[in-house]
Amino acid sequence: MKQLSADIVLGILLVLTFTSLVLLAAGAPVFAAFQNIWLGSFGSSMKIGQVLNVCIPLIICSCGLLFTFRANLWNIGIEGQIIMGAIGGMAVLRMDSISNPTLLLPLAFIAAMVTGGLWGLLAGLLKTRGGVHEIFGGLGLNFVSQGFILWLIFGPWKRPGIASMSGTELLKHKLWLSTLPGWRIAIAGLVIAGIVFLLTWLLLEKSRLGLKLKAIGQNPRAALLYDISPEGYYLLSIALAGACAGMAGFLQITAVYHRLIPNISSGYGYLGLLLVMLAGYRIGPLPLLALFFAGLNVGAIQLPIVLQLDSALSGVIQGCCVLSALFILGLEKKRRQK
Amino acid sequence: MDVEFKHIGKRFGAVQALKDINLRAISGSIHGLIGENGAGKSTLMKILTGYQSRSEGAIFIDGSRVELKSPEEAADLGIGMLYQEPMDFPSLTVLDNFSLGCPPQSESHLRRSLLELSTRFAFHLVPEQMVELLTVGERQQIELLRLIHCKTRILILDEPTTGISPAQKEALFPVLKQLTEEGMTILLVSHKLEEVAALCNEVTVLRHGRITHHTKAPFHFPELLHAMFGSIPEHDDKEAPRDTGDVVLSFHTVEAEGERLGLHGCTLNVRAGEIIGLAGLDGAGQSTLLRLAAGLTFPEQGDVTLFGSVLPRNSSASHIAQRQQTAFLPADRLEEALFHDISLSEHFSLKEHNPPFLQSGKKSCRQAEKDIATFSIKGKAEDMAKDLSGGNQQRLLLALLDPESRLVLLENPTRGLDIRSGQWVWQYLRNELPPDTAILFSSPELDEILHYSNRILVFHDGEIVLDSDVHNTNHDAVAAAMTGVQ
Amino acid sequence: MIADLPVSVLIASVLAASAPLIIIALGETLTEKSGVINLSLDGVVLFSAMAAFAAAKETGSLGAGFLAGGCAGMITGLIVGYLSIYLHLSQVAVGFALSLLCRDLAYFLGNPYSRIQGPTLLAARLPFHDTLPSFLQNILSQPLTVPAALTLIALLWYFFNATRSGLALRSVGENPAAAFARGLNPNKVQMLAVLAGSFLVGLGGAAYSLSLKPGWGRPQGAEGIGWIALALVIFGGWHPLRVALGAMLFAFLQVSGISLQNIFPSIPAQVFQTAPFPLMIFTLIFMHYSTRKSRISTKPANRLQRRLGLLFMSRAPKSLGKSYQQE
Repeated sequence: MKQLSADIVLGILLVLTFTSLVLLAAGAPVFAAFQNIWLGSFGSSMKIGQVLNVCIPLIICSCGLLFTFRANLWNIGIEGQIIMGAIGGMAVLRMDSISNPTLLLPLAFIAAMVTGGLWGLLAGLLKTRGGVHEIFGGLGLNFVSQGFILWLIFGPWKRPGIASMSGTELLKHKLWLSTLPGWRIAIAGLVIAGIVFLLTWLLLEKSRLGLKLKAIGQNPRAALLYDISPEGYYLLSIALAGACAGMAGFLQITAVYHRLIPNISSGYGYLGLLLVMLAGYRIGPLPLLALFFAGLNVGAIQLPIVLQLDSALSGVIQGCCVLSALFILGLEKKRRQK
Repeated sequence: MDVEFKHIGKRFGAVQALKDINLRAISGSIHGLIGENGAGKSTLMKILTGYQSRSEGAIFIDGSRVELKSPEEAADLGIGMLYQEPMDFPSLTVLDNFSLGCPPQSESHLRRSLLELSTRFAFHLVPEQMVELLTVGERQQIELLRLIHCKTRILILDEPTTGISPAQKEALFPVLKQLTEEGMTILLVSHKLEEVAALCNEVTVLRHGRITHHTKAPFHFPELLHAMFGSIPEHDDKEAPRDTGDVVLSFHTVEAEGERLGLHGCTLNVRAGEIIGLAGLDGAGQSTLLRLAAGLTFPEQGDVTLFGSVLPRNSSASHIAQRQQTAFLPADRLEEALFHDISLSEHFSLKEHNPPFLQSGKKSCRQAEKDIATFSIKGKAEDMAKDLSGGNQQRLLLALLDPESRLVLLENPTRGLDIRSGQWVWQYLRNELPPDTAILFSSPELDEILHYSNRILVFHDGEIVLDSDVHNTNHDAVAAAMTGVQ
Repeated sequence: MIADLPVSVLIASVLAASAPLIIIALGETLTEKSGVINLSLDGVVLFSAMAAFAAAKETGSLGAGFLAGGCAGMITGLIVGYLSIYLHLSQVAVGFALSLLCRDLAYFLGNPYSRIQGPTLLAARLPFHDTLPSFLQNILSQPLTVPAALTLIALLWYFFNATRSGLALRSVGENPAAAFARGLNPNKVQMLAVLAGSFLVGLGGAAYSLSLKPGWGRPQGAEGIGWIALALVIFGGWHPLRVALGAMLFAFLQVSGISLQNIFPSIPAQVFQTAPFPLMIFTLIFMHYSTRKSRISTKPANRLQRRLGLLFMSRAPKSLGKSYQQE
């Protein structure tokens, strides 16, 4: 415990030092930048609402990634899975034949989960059947889904009149997920994130599925001798991750943007990968760290206006957090060996 | 050059692998280092080559103290080692392997030296060939020639005869004698007394990391055996014959890839209750046969029939085999049969039949504690598998074995185990499993095969060349068959 | 197949477009041959492109720009090397995190240099330019990056197959424990390979911002290139020539995308810009899959085939991605 807190302090110092150096290199006021990020994320209730809106899909994606990481898979294809989930959900929401939102929204939710899951399954099949490493299969599928969403936005689903990067037409208001009174947070989003989190915890920590995934992740050859088929569980875990990503995509269109935009994933897939790495591939620290990452993302939005700095600063800090954590982990491993 | 070890000690974590080793090897002699598996012989030699660091003590070469911090430093001093498992680069050519680690020379010069040396020692090596196509023996030959070419003055040989045929052995021994006559110092690590007696001028015996005996030729075997094993291990009497029943496993003209040469034209029936020993040089097809029967690899032609049904040629084969209560215990336990960072109790839950979907950690821990005690595994339920010693890993695997198993396939079941653990393994297999369980096992130790099996299959280059009841054959006949002598 | 584009112009633009990618992919080949995967390429390309453009802009010197690009690459290599070789951390985890960090660092620090004019490496005019037929004129007037990339292919092939250091590097990638037993220092060899490789990646990044897509911006236009380079190295079998040919194929896809756009105006331009990426990755995957089986079963029959085989033969370094820990 003492070691852990010492590590965290060291990590924070490393990140602060590096970030300050980067800010100095850009000729920016260090203190003002940090202050702006803080005020821009947790400075008002409106900002906190925005942070939660980032936090929700991030947690859902990260939970999905825990399944693939447990089986020792690098699901880089998660970005594409979010996109395909959003597209699947949108396809249902655009149906004119059903107009009842209480029917349409759950249908869209299921469609998003299924398309995301199938897109994940495709990367899994490329690995188990084609022998293609999931990183490259996933990357290829990410590029495909990116091309696909661009084609939809500029082609068949373009706004009447002009097609542009700003996306498709806004959804009808009744298809927006209802929000907490006074906040802009979708109630359904909070509920979904909570359920996904609890289910992930239960499945990974308390059930045989979690144990089997761990076994396969550590030694797929030995797993065969325990009558566990690695292929089946690879596919299952990546499909679960895809389904989670699909849910995140659904929330992006129904609770945040209310339309389809080219960058509908907002990079939450890759951010989720970083987040899970920072959490040491464990579920416990996820919510708090997700809140922190989301805060950085939202807080950096106003940097270009106030300080003429690029908002990529949030990514710099997030990446630096993960590398510092890895660095400290490595140092400790080295010390223990001696 | 003379080598002298003074008070050498080596610790791995809490384990004292070597303690207070004093040893002197004289120029122009062959010094034998013997002891059972795990006695610390290889560790001591790796310290001399700088491959491993020592915890205590000093090493002197020709009377002057040397540090030996890295193999590079040792090589500069003329120390070279032929490792037990080939330490080479399979995807590179013979010539590349020969040249790596020697001082820079032109390629034509290297090629000439390689050919000259191999002619001198009557080896047949082709410089452009890929090393992965060669036998283990040939790979060791390249390494030996390289060490000689690099002007090695102190040559360490770690079990140089594992994986080579008696004929190759007979070619190697005169070469070694010749080298010592040229002034080389040779340290020979072995656990085979005959070899040591044939070659060495002096012998030092290690046991549990300490020197228990030192003597000069001629050697008195009972004395050496006592120093190696404490009391001389008594081979308990020949085991009682077992009744055999129906055919449980059969191979019909099976052709399969695997190991060096695969398996060819294999036809075989295994009956319930049989204990069959698979003899053969390393990689002659025994492991392929075991993996085929376990459904882990598939035949290209022919059929493998398990309990009356033909195994399919896809990944469901291993599932079907296990449903038929067939178990496979590989030689490389930690890498192929266990999970490094999964606790013992979780290993037990993974093997459980019809377990609940949600698990209670406490309950499975209690159950595991019971099994751990029954099999006297030195470890706790929450320990990770990687923390177990080789012997305890094998005990864990046996504890995980379904006691109702009808066919048990074991690849080198006593690998890395000391004599006593090995005996325990066999006592369990023979007495605790049902008497109609069929057992197939491979082993590099001919004695183990002759002692424990009631039927012997001998493999040579991927074919079964001898299939005999144990009473109708003997040590020499099996040894001859293993090396292809008709 | 590609209308209204003279073949010579097509060849010229493919060569020009492939040069930076060749340099990047060959840098990664060098690194991976020693057994280390540097997964941070995508971010490093952007970071070094930014550093190169900023340095060139500040000093007004292209040389300083390229040097800065190379050094920026090397600094990231130092991080990858230290964390994965000496601290034995997962190379994939380190590379991925660093990739995102470098990308955002490039956007953040490069902000002031966005969308401004800077020094650009132009196509060199050969002294005997006017005497050449117009066909060759088109092909041969290239920026210096093109001959540099082509030379690098030969150099790297020579280094791997004909030099002692190249052999040492391959042996470490194959079996670091055996290399150590023979007096090499695997960690040092790997570190040098990572540094040299990432220096090349940095030069490749500089070639984007100083020559192929001059200037800096968000997006710069080199996004995704690092991933393509990684795929090229793996599916090109770690062979310099095959990796380079793959890079040219990708450049061809990109160039033809631009002209196809004019033929099919109904399809949005963004699709043509994105299409080469999935196409390339799936082409590589497909080629890899279809050759995998035939390579095992067929043995080279005659001498010519054997020679060709040797020229093209290459395969995964056996200990790729695993960190070596001395006992």
